[in-house]
Amino acid sequence: MSETIKVPTMAEYMAEGKKPEVLFWVGCAGSFDDRAKKITKAFVKLLHNANVDFAVLGSEESCTGDPAKRSGNEFLFQMQAVTNIEVMNAYEIKKVVTACPHCFNTLKNEYPSLGGDYEVMHHTQFLKSLLDEGRLKVEGGKFKGKRITFHDPCYLGRANNVYEAPRDLLRKLEVELIEMKRCKRNGLCCGAGGAQMFKEPEPGNKDVNIERTEDALETKPDIIAAGCPFCNTMMTDGVKSKEKEDNIEVLDVAELIANAQDL
Amino acid sequence: MQYIPNILFIIALAAGIGYFTKNIRKVIRNIRLGKDVDRSDNKAERFKNMAMIALGQSKMVRRPVAGILHIVVYLGFIIINLEVLEIIIDGIFGTHRIFAFLGGFYDFLIASFEILAFLVLVGVILFWIRRNVIKLKRFWNPEMKGWPKNDGNLILYFEMVLMTLFLVMNASDLQLQELGADHYVKAGAYPISQFISPLFNGMSEGSLLLVERGAWWLHILGILVFLNYLYFSKHLHILLAFPNTYYGDLKPKGEFDNLDAVTKEVMLMMDPDADPFAAPAEDQSEAEPEKFGASDVVDLNWAQLLNAYTCTECGRCTSECPANQTGKKLSPRKIMMDTRDRLKEVGDNIDKNGSFVDDGKQLLNDYITPEELWACTSCNACVEACPISISPLSIIMDMRRYLVMEQSAAPTELNNMMSNIENNGAPWPFNQMDRLNWSKE
Repeated sequence: MSETIKVPTMAEYMAEGKKPEVLFWVGCAGSFDDRAKKITKAFVKLLHNANVDFAVLGSEESCTGDPAKRSGNEFLFQMQAVTNIEVMNAYEIKKVVTACPHCFNTLKNEYPSLGGDYEVMHHTQFLKSLLDEGRLKVEGGKFKGKRITFHDPCYLGRANNVYEAPRDLLRKLEVELIEMKRCKRNGLCCGAGGAQMFKEPEPGNKDVNIERTEDALETKPDIIAAGCPFCNTMMTDGVKSKEKEDNIEVLDVAELIANAQDL
Repeated sequence: MQYIPNILFIIALAAGIGYFTKNIRKVIRNIRLGKDVDRSDNKAERFKNMAMIALGQSKMVRRPVAGILHIVVYLGFIIINLEVLEIIIDGIFGTHRIFAFLGGFYDFLIASFEILAFLVLVGVILFWIRRNVIKLKRFWNPEMKGWPKNDGNLILYFEMVLMTLFLVMNASDLQLQELGADHYVKAGAYPISQFISPLFNGMSEGSLLLVERGAWWLHILGILVFLNYLYFSKHLHILLAFPNTYYGDLKPKGEFDNLDAVTKEVMLMMDPDADPFAAPAEDQSEAEPEKFGASDVVDLNWAQLLNAYTCTECGRCTSECPANQTGKKLSPRKIMMDTRDRLKEVGDNIDKNGSFVDDGKQLLNDYITPEELWACTSCNACVEACPISISPLSIIMDMRRYLVMEQSAAPTELNNMMSNIENNGAPWPFNQMDRLNWSKE
């Protein structure tokens, strides 16, 4: 797995007196979580493949503050937001893409009133636009004909009404896209949102990710597609606890596209 | 002597409308106890939402069975109210079927009212069966014990009785018309009550008059009682659904408001020119520091309090909630019911004492426990499910804010997560300088 990918930083661009077309906001999960790092790499490969002029903030990036805000710590959230906005405004950033729906929602909706106004896209929206512009080729490759079900991340779907971009990409892979009984605006949460990712659940009779995994398993999928690193973790854990990990993979939409082309 | 019925009617009408107005003023006063929030923007979009969601019932039909039954009852309720107009005029002036001069159109109106009344009766009976025989789960959650359950059934009984009285009134009227009794002009078409009418065959004119007048009076008095029942019931939604959908949140569901009070503090901290030892400005020195988040109803904004009065406890939110589905204590419907109950308690306290006197209670802990608040995944399923634009999530978030910012009472793991963000800019203990290491692994 040891391979170095070229990932330019904003600081490097600045030093050369250039500006990239888009900032890739990696996010904490994408930077540090072992599973999510694979998604980050797959997305970067696609960006290179489509000749996108992008950069990351690298060590100048910090948590957007989403989990703090959803825990009720508005103070910490705004400290994070104001600091990040200062950095992004200094680089005169106009457009941001991120592979995390939580970062996406926060940057897009909650930063503007604090002084951070950017065009923010989820990576599935961005990939879709690359596809539409003819810059990115999406082909079925090894996933052709596979049964795939897409789990809507709450912060992409209900929170921001983005339902079609990830599905359009999956259809392009020539897979058999099967919807769960609860999908799109009725999609069930994976259980990680609202800072639940970072704590034990309250007493109950079931974990939310198990309930959601059961929805997915009903569709008898070969692959469960996700669009969020946290959903990915929750669904992966769910599949493992159902002892189905040998038959069912949980993959991000970006990974599916990159893997299909053996990038 | 002949004017006694008119006078009695006017007294009953005035008393019914008067008491209702008094209570509605209380509802408005209680809603205004909430903090201010600006919902005066985008009037066109707000009108459209009200027209689509409240008037057009667009979100009700997402569950087709309940949705269509509800539309029947709703349309019946609105349209049959035209008949109430005639009843009121007749009652005041001692006339009978004052609109009869409309002729064929009158026949058409009465016929439609009858058909609607019958459909409402059927709809309401089916609703009752869903609640009490089929026992749909959402009507049997723990928060539905006692008054909420009885309230739901009482409303259905009210409607059954009112519709039956309306049809009996017409059936006996039809008999009287055929007997050629005084005042009983031949008017109206009776597609439903013509089947009830044979029950009265052979009755004397006197008895028929008794039945007709009895049904007429009970029907209008029943309507006045029902009107006044609204204030004590979840059924206020028939009125408040309209303002509530108008004033609903227009932002994307994922966008939570940024607290202005916090922004002020943060901007001050980030301002290199700020004087940390500056004395507060003259006009601010007396002001109490702003409270962060909500521990009681008065800390919520008026739109949230309007939400609470509007909720009719249908439970669609709770049935969609991932926490509730997996056995956690959280029920978004209970959040709304608790908010309303507490708001009523605060309002009664004000009525009794002139202004609010501390009763040692608050919304947090006495009604809503932290365990419920911490079970929320902020997934917005409850907000999406609500047919009339209520947001339980916004109340949950404001109460979490109080727990964290005023009481430092977050679960330990969340405190760890937050100190990680403070120290190294990520929810996990990884160094910010290592954020790009993934590209070299």
